Amino acid sequence: MTKLKDIEAFEKLQAALQDKGQLKDRKLISLCAGSGCGAYGTAKVHESLKEELAKHNLQDKIEIKLTGCHGFCEKGPIMVIHPEGIFYPQVKPEKVPEIVEKTLQNGELVKSFIYKDPATKKELTHEHDIPFYKLQQRIIFGNNGLIDPTSIEDYISVGGYSALSKALFKLKPKDIIDEIKKSGLRGRGGGGFPTGIKWATCAKHEGTRYVICNADEGDPGAYMDRSILEGNPHSVIEGMIVGAIAIGSNEGYVYVRHEYPLAVTNLTIALESARELGLLGKNILGSGFDFDIHISRGGGAFVCGESTALMASLEGRPGRPRAKYIHTVASGFKDSPSNLNNVETWANVPVIINKGADWYAAIGTEHSKGTKIFSLVGKVVNTGLVEVPMGTTLREIIFDIGGGIPKKKKFKAVQTGGPSGGCIPEQFLDLSVDFDELAKVGSIMGSGGMIVMDQDTCMVDVARYFVDFLKDESCGQCNPCREGLKQMLDILTRICKGDGKEGDIETLEELGAMIQKFSLCGLGTSAPNPVLTSILYFRDEYEAHIRDKKCPAGVCKPLFHYEIDPETCTGCGVCLRKCPQTAVSGEKKKAHIIDQANCIKCGICYEGCKFDAIKIC
Amino acid sequence: MENTIEIDLKKIDGIIDHYSGSKEALLMIMQDISDIYNYVPPEVIPVLVKKLGVKESLVYSVATFYKTISLKPRGKYIVSVCTGTACHVRGAEKITDALRGELGIEEGETTPDRLFTLEAVRCIGCCASGPVINVNKDTHGGLDRSIALKLIDEYRQKAS
Repeated sequence: MTKLKDIEAFEKLQAALQDKGQLKDRKLISLCAGSGCGAYGTAKVHESLKEELAKHNLQDKIEIKLTGCHGFCEKGPIMVIHPEGIFYPQVKPEKVPEIVEKTLQNGELVKSFIYKDPATKKELTHEHDIPFYKLQQRIIFGNNGLIDPTSIEDYISVGGYSALSKALFKLKPKDIIDEIKKSGLRGRGGGGFPTGIKWATCAKHEGTRYVICNADEGDPGAYMDRSILEGNPHSVIEGMIVGAIAIGSNEGYVYVRHEYPLAVTNLTIALESARELGLLGKNILGSGFDFDIHISRGGGAFVCGESTALMASLEGRPGRPRAKYIHTVASGFKDSPSNLNNVETWANVPVIINKGADWYAAIGTEHSKGTKIFSLVGKVVNTGLVEVPMGTTLREIIFDIGGGIPKKKKFKAVQTGGPSGGCIPEQFLDLSVDFDELAKVGSIMGSGGMIVMDQDTCMVDVARYFVDFLKDESCGQCNPCREGLKQMLDILTRICKGDGKEGDIETLEELGAMIQKFSLCGLGTSAPNPVLTSILYFRDEYEAHIRDKKCPAGVCKPLFHYEIDPETCTGCGVCLRKCPQTAVSGEKKKAHIIDQANCIKCGICYEGCKFDAIKIC
Repeated sequence: MENTIEIDLKKIDGIIDHYSGSKEALLMIMQDISDIYNYVPPEVIPVLVKKLGVKESLVYSVATFYKTISLKPRGKYIVSVCTGTACHVRGAEKITDALRGELGIEEGETTPDRLFTLEAVRCIGCCASGPVINVNKDTHGGLDRSIALKLIDEYRQKAS
C-alpha cells in the first residue's frame, strides 16, 4: 500500500473503495471469527467452506470475509450471506456442503438451518428481522459483522478515517474538545466521567502528554471491549488519534489483557497498516502532526484496570494503585499528564466527529447520551453483545432482546457492573438503564456486563464468589481492602458451609461500610457492593442459610439435597442413566429414588428431568 | 521436582532486543520467555537484571504480582478453567471439580508426569459459550463434565 501524502490522496482512496459498492451489497459470505464463535469451531467451518466453494468453482465469484464478533454469540458459529442478508446460525462443518449447493449455487434456502424465533416459532431468514438484532441500535458495533478487521481498506470503505481527516484539517483542537463535550459522551469503562471535560483538563497541563486506551477489560462476564478490538480495531485507533490531536499528544498506548491474544494480533495488524498508509506515525497525511501507538500487554491482574495501577504496569512495575490526590490527567504515566479512556469510549469518538454532537446527543437520556454495548450473559436465552440507546429498560434488554430465561425458569436477579456492581431484583426490571438510574438501586452500569440469574442461582454464593475474586485480586496495600475482604470472605464461606451465626449479616454490613469508606482505590471502595445489595434484596436467603441451614436455590452443597418426588416421577430412567455415581435406582415406569450416601449433588439429574420431578430439599 | 534447564541466551537476548531493552517491557519480556519454557526459569533473572538495568527485587516483584507469570515449571498443557461470573453461573465449578478429580491435582498444581497444569482464570471473554476452558491457546466452549473429561483424554492421546 502506498503512503497517503495528503488529504486529497486519502479522499481519492476513499472514493475508489466506496465506488466498489457497499460491503453489504456485494456477493460475500460473512463468517464470524470472533473468539466466541472461535470457541465453537469457526476454523473448521472456514476450511469446509473453502473446500466446497472450490468444488463448485465458486471461489472467485463469492468472497469469504472472516469478520469480528456479530454479537449473537449464543447462536455461533454465525454465517451471513450477502447481499441477501441470509442468516444461518450454529453452522457446523457438516452443514456447509448443503449451504453451498442449495443457497450459494441455486439461491434456495435450507429451511432446517434457518433461525427459528423461540417466542413466536416463526422462521426468520434475515438478520434484520431477528428480534435480537432488530431492537438494537448498533452505531458502534454495526460494522463488526461486515468488515475484515485485518483490512484497513474495509474500514475506509465504511467511512473509516473520515473523522481523522476532519480533525486534522477542518477542526481546531479546541473545536474537537467542544464537540466531545457537547455530545455528552461519558466514559464507558465504568467511571462514567464526562470525556470532554477529561480531555480539556488534560490539555491544560504542561508537559509531554500521553493518550492511553484501557483495554484491560477485567469484569468477569464482560467482553465488549474484546469484540471491538478483535472486530474493529481501527475504530479505536482513529478515536485515539483524534483524541491526541485534541489534547496535544504525540504518543499513545493501548494496555490490553494478556488473555486476549486475538485482540492483540488484530490490533497489531491494524497499527501496521495504519502506519503503512500514513494515517499513523510521523507527519500524518502531510499535516505535520506526529502520533504513534504502542501496545502493552497486561499480566492477569484485575486491579490493573484501575487507572493508576494501569500506568504503574505500563512503567514495568507491579500494578499497585496510588491515592488520587493528584489526578492522572495532571500527573500519570511517567509523572506526565495522561488521558486514559476505555476502548468503547474511544470507539465512540469517530462517530461523534462524523455525525456531529447534536446527532449523538439526541440518543439516550438527559445525562447519559449515546448508546451502550452490554454483554448479556448467564441464564438468558440469547446470550451475546447488545447495543442499545441509554434509557432502554432492563426488561427490554433481558426479555425482548435477550429472549428471557431458558428452560422456563424464573428470573431472579441481574448483576450489572461486574464485581463493583450490584444484583438487581425483579421489582426493578422496568428501570431505564443509564448511569444515574442504576446507581439509585445500589448498582452501577460499570463496563457493561449484565449477568442474568434465575431461581437456581444462590445469591449468597454469588456474593461469596465476588468477594473471593476481589480478595484474590486485591493488591494488598491497604488494610480495609486486604483485611476487610478476607474477613468478609471467611464469614460468607462459613455461611455457605452451614456454619453461619446470628449477627453475621450485621457484621458483613459493618465491614462493608468500612471497606467502602476507607479503601485506597476503586477496587476496594466498590468491593462490598455485591454483598450489600444481595443482603438488601435477598436477606431472606441469607437467613435461610444461617437459621435454617438451607440453600433454597440448591447450590451450597452442605445445605441441600435432591429428592425425587414419587408423585411426579414417571420412571423414565433418564436420571438413572445420566447419573455419574450410579446413585439413582428404580424400575421402569416406577418412581425412582436417589441414594443420598452416593449422591455428589452434581445436578445432572435435576437439569435432565423433563417432568420437574427432582426437588431441592 | 529437579529443575535442570538449559537457557538459550541467544533467544533471551532476541526477546530483550525486540523490546529495545526497555525496562518498561519487563512483564512482556517475561511473558515471551514463558512462551518458550512454559514458565520463567529463575536462571533467567540475573540476565534480565543485567540487560535491563533493573533491581532483582523488581523482577521478583513483577513475576510474583502478575498471575500469568510462573517461576515454577508448568505442564505441557496448561488447562485454564474460566471462573468468570457468566461461566460460574453456568456451572464452571462442576467442570473444575471434574478436572480436579480426573487429573488428581488442585488448582495451581501440575501432574507428576508434567503433562497438565490446572489453573483457574478470570474471564476469558467467551461468556456466551460458557462454561469455557483454555488449553494453552485453544479455547473450548459449551462444555459439560463429560465433554471436559473427553477433551483431557484427547490431549493425553495427542501427547503419547
